[in-house]
Amino acid sequence: MQKRLVLDQQQIDITLKRFCYQLIENHDDFENTVFLGLQPRGTLLLDKIVALLQEISGVTVPSGYLDATFHRDDFRRRDFPLKANETKIDFLVEGKKVVLIDDVLYKGRSVRAAMDAMIAFGRPQKVELMVLVDRRLTRDYPILPDYYGVKVNTLDSQYVVVEWVAQGNPADAIWITEKVKS
Amino acid sequence: MSQLSTRHLLGIKELSETDIRLVLETATNFKEVINRPIKKVPSLRDITIANIFFENSTRTRLSFELAEKRLSADVVNFSSSNSSVKKGETLVDTVNNILAMKVDMVVMRHASPGAPHFLSKNVPANVVNAGDGTHEHPTQALLDAFSMQEKLGDLTGKKIAIIGDILHSRVALSNIFCLQKLGAEVRVCGPVTLIPKYIESLGVKVELDLHKILDWCDVANVLRIQLERQQIKYFPSLREYSLYYGINKKLLDSLNKKIVVMHPGPINRGVELSSDAADSSHSIILDQVENGVAVRMAVLYLLAGAKG
Repeated sequence: MQKRLVLDQQQIDITLKRFCYQLIENHDDFENTVFLGLQPRGTLLLDKIVALLQEISGVTVPSGYLDATFHRDDFRRRDFPLKANETKIDFLVEGKKVVLIDDVLYKGRSVRAAMDAMIAFGRPQKVELMVLVDRRLTRDYPILPDYYGVKVNTLDSQYVVVEWVAQGNPADAIWITEKVKS
Repeated sequence: MSQLSTRHLLGIKELSETDIRLVLETATNFKEVINRPIKKVPSLRDITIANIFFENSTRTRLSFELAEKRLSADVVNFSSSNSSVKKGETLVDTVNNILAMKVDMVVMRHASPGAPHFLSKNVPANVVNAGDGTHEHPTQALLDAFSMQEKLGDLTGKKIAIIGDILHSRVALSNIFCLQKLGAEVRVCGPVTLIPKYIESLGVKVELDLHKILDWCDVANVLRIQLERQQIKYFPSLREYSLYYGINKKLLDSLNKKIVVMHPGPINRGVELSSDAADSSHSIILDQVENGVAVRMAVLYLLAGAKG
């Protein structure tokens, strides 16, 4: 299977640090800010950002995991229903500045569903989107990230795979791979 | 696997262990949903569900209706007491007329065992059994298992006692199938006249002594005496039944461990369960009711989820 490296461990480390400094610029002391990692894969990026931000600025931003499975628009349109993941949010987002965090932005449908799911926890003051990879020119919805690591040009026949050491991979890395034809 | 192996929920007997675990896992997610400030998700917004109840029900019917509404389904309710069934319409005709109004799923309670199985073969909609006579009550068994699991963790090797009127209970049969598939050991206890003859062929031991079974079990699932299904007298009096098989706080406190007490409701307070036992810290009866909504949401979501 063809595989192309987009970002290696060192480049990801630099990107995550850049995210943190951008967040500090935009959110100052994070007094009214919360982070939501989108299940299933955005939560790994969220955990990294929360830890790194703590290390850089000493601030622990309230964070939670948001699952949007029950809000997706492709329910009953897929061969198999998607398996839901845990939503773990022990605060309300009412009046908060929310940063939604995911690994890859593709069609924009997951982010739309996530915003729908997030509203169940209150009406936020502002919502921003952070993604590690923005797949350019693939969007079905008018959604753009406020923070992105890298923009890539991809085909529908390709996947963008984000690998983390926390998942048992030898190093953090982002790859573009070809979908296996069945 | 994220899909059930069946498009109907007719009984626990037809479900695999994987199916049961998938329902319980999905119910965990829905329990979180129903504890949010906004308790509703849009998953079933293009689905219409008919609740067809040919027998009385409060809890199950309300629980299904809430589950459906929290999944954003459109809901129609039907009860036989004020319908054309009274004029002689057959079950299939009644349901097909309801389905002609573009209904996608049917939740049915019926006094005849096997009625939902019959219906599933004759109508195109997904059918959910909400209790068929003395046969099965699958969603009650699933919510019981969910509640036990919530309290005790994985049920493999756990000792579960079902106590009371086993003979007339659809809850007992569904519980036995469900708990055994999850690896638990099940025993039943009650007056010998209320224990079905075939029960041991299901791998269930019978214990006639209430004290012995309470000493043995981790969970006591106490069933109601179903007087409405009893054509003859199975025991001399309710008072005598209560003396031999009634559970009270004193009895629970006399055990050398803390067991979990459950009841599918409605409780006959002072008969199978005293008020001080039903309202004690042993009891998870109200948790069962809350979990019922989450489990039914999971069942409806998974049945509706498959394409086509």
